[in-house]
Amino acid sequence: MNTGLYKYILGIADNCLILGQRLGELCGHGPNLETDIACTNLSLDLLGQVRSYYQYAAKLKADDSTEDDIAFLRNEREYVNVLLVEQPNTDFAYVMGRQFLFDAFHLMFLKELQNSHDITLSAIAKKSIKEVSYHHRFSSDWVKRLGDGTEESHSKMQSAINDLWTYTDELFHLTEADEEMIKEGIGVDTPKFKDEYYNHLTDILEEATLTVPESKYFHKGGKLGIHSENMGFILSDLQYMQRTYPNMQW
Amino acid sequence: MKKKWPLWEIFVRSKNGLEHRHFGSLHAADAEMALENARDVYTRRNEGVSIWVVESKHITASNPENYGELFEPAQDKVYRHPTFYDLPDDVKHM
Amino acid sequence: MSDEHIKNLEAQFEARIARDEKIEPKDWMPEKYRQTHIRQISQHAHSEVVGMLPEGNWITRAPSLRRKVALLAKVQDEAGHGLYLYSACETLGISRDELYDQLHTGKAKYSSIFNYPTVTWADIGAIGWLVDGAAIINQVPLCNTSFGPYARAMVRVCKEESFHQRQGYEIMLKLCQGTPEQKEMAQDALNRWWWPSLMMLGPTDAESVHTAQSMKWKLKRKTNDELRQQFIDQTVPQADILGIKVPDPDLKWNEERGHYDFGEIDWDEFWQVVKGHGPCNKERMTARINAWENGEWVREAAMAYASKKESRKTNTAV
Repeated sequence: MNTGLYKYILGIADNCLILGQRLGELCGHGPNLETDIACTNLSLDLLGQVRSYYQYAAKLKADDSTEDDIAFLRNEREYVNVLLVEQPNTDFAYVMGRQFLFDAFHLMFLKELQNSHDITLSAIAKKSIKEVSYHHRFSSDWVKRLGDGTEESHSKMQSAINDLWTYTDELFHLTEADEEMIKEGIGVDTPKFKDEYYNHLTDILEEATLTVPESKYFHKGGKLGIHSENMGFILSDLQYMQRTYPNMQW
Repeated sequence: MKKKWPLWEIFVRSKNGLEHRHFGSLHAADAEMALENARDVYTRRNEGVSIWVVESKHITASNPENYGELFEPAQDKVYRHPTFYDLPDDVKHM
Repeated sequence: MSDEHIKNLEAQFEARIARDEKIEPKDWMPEKYRQTHIRQISQHAHSEVVGMLPEGNWITRAPSLRRKVALLAKVQDEAGHGLYLYSACETLGISRDELYDQLHTGKAKYSSIFNYPTVTWADIGAIGWLVDGAAIINQVPLCNTSFGPYARAMVRVCKEESFHQRQGYEIMLKLCQGTPEQKEMAQDALNRWWWPSLMMLGPTDAESVHTAQSMKWKLKRKTNDELRQQFIDQTVPQADILGIKVPDPDLKWNEERGHYDFGEIDWDEFWQVVKGHGPCNKERMTARINAWENGEWVREAAMAYASKKESRKTNTAV
């Protein structure tokens, strides 16, 4: 098996899985029906992408593993999503802030992944990019609405951005698998668009009348499997059935 | 009284070549949001290629009480329909 | 308007419905027609929205990715259906906020079935199979109901709902084809959901206060007892295919009637739940109220932003 590629795929897909799971928690609890429906759509898009990635990863493993084995049966250390996506749905400002900070990265990432030498990844990127463009439009619109809405929403949006900002740097960390795949022309050289990413955030945040955080301290660990305290709880939900009733078909 | 999200009427074109048809309504704070919501609410199953949104309050509707004067006069104008005209069966292409 | 004039209008109105004409929002309608429709349509909308909760409860725990996306899509549809129905209701001159207020203060009812807990994954199967099954029986005739916006909303709802019951039955099927433990889980769910599903079709005809009027206005085409019989007749063979047993010792095919005979329903339980003392009434209402109240600042912010943008546009135009 191409271990580097396999690990690389998980690095992309786990972000979508955990964010999709977080959005799934919201279903039925949003500020109104229209936003509920919209957030469920984001979750469905992400989980659809997850399935494409894991199905590909399962094929690479070539050992009867399925998409579900990969999604549900790893230990916490083996999930390599960034810390950003595991942050809780504290309030709607956090939900949209988290979404926006991720979507902006995700979109730039997929634009590059389209050019991957790996045809499967390139194809998944081409399909996902349409969905993610919409996510980005949706979340940045909301960041602007909440930032430039009422005093209350402004302060909530600002504090969400301040907190979540500290998780953005990790998006650009390169693992061994990342570096190996970049060398092979398969992976995306994310540091290349890091400046563009932060410039873009600045543009949107300024339009939203928000202050761009100046913090130079960033959290990291998720990409290496060292997660926040949230992760164990996310996985207890996610894996509940598969762990309680092992080796069954659903 | 707090301001509520107004109601919008949603018109969807199912595919090019067809007209936009009234699909229903929804709430949104502004036109962009109405478009986004309409996309998520009314075209989840691939039902559309184009959407119009208009705030419900901008629609002026005829009053059913005026049905008689508005629409009944058209009922007996049969000469507007091709079947009004008698032509022999032999005449083709008409 | 004189009493006689109103009587005359009412007679014309009833005649239109009898002729199968549709009533549209701006048409004259008796106040009772308006109120009955607001009550029924909003009750229906509330049921969709509260109904998201027991199923939403399992989204994060769905056992496979395929099941997870299907469940998400289904719960999302329910939000959509709630939205279509609230919109239909709003054409009668009441706002969604007022309708929510009626729900949150306990003035409006919703289907009692959603006050039962979903304690295992099989409950998601049972809800799709039984609860959606019973709902479809209730809903299909409404596609032809007399009030246009309601009928149109129901056409859309029924079209979208068609995957819901299949989704539920497939979950049950998979469980019943699985390990003994899985089959046990399916049987347990059927045991708990069977009777509440029968109750869902409403009190017996003798007890039902609205039937006669509702029949006239085509809000109903069949009586509760007829619908219940139809539900039982079509569901029992489906249970047979699954190989699980309907929890009713009196259930027996009656050759003469061409229907299943069935046992006594515990109506005390039904009324207890309707009156707010079911296992999850409190939890469901709390969840809805929290969502609404916690969303207040978000909705407000969106309005504030919209009006700021609007005034900026006007300013630059000047």
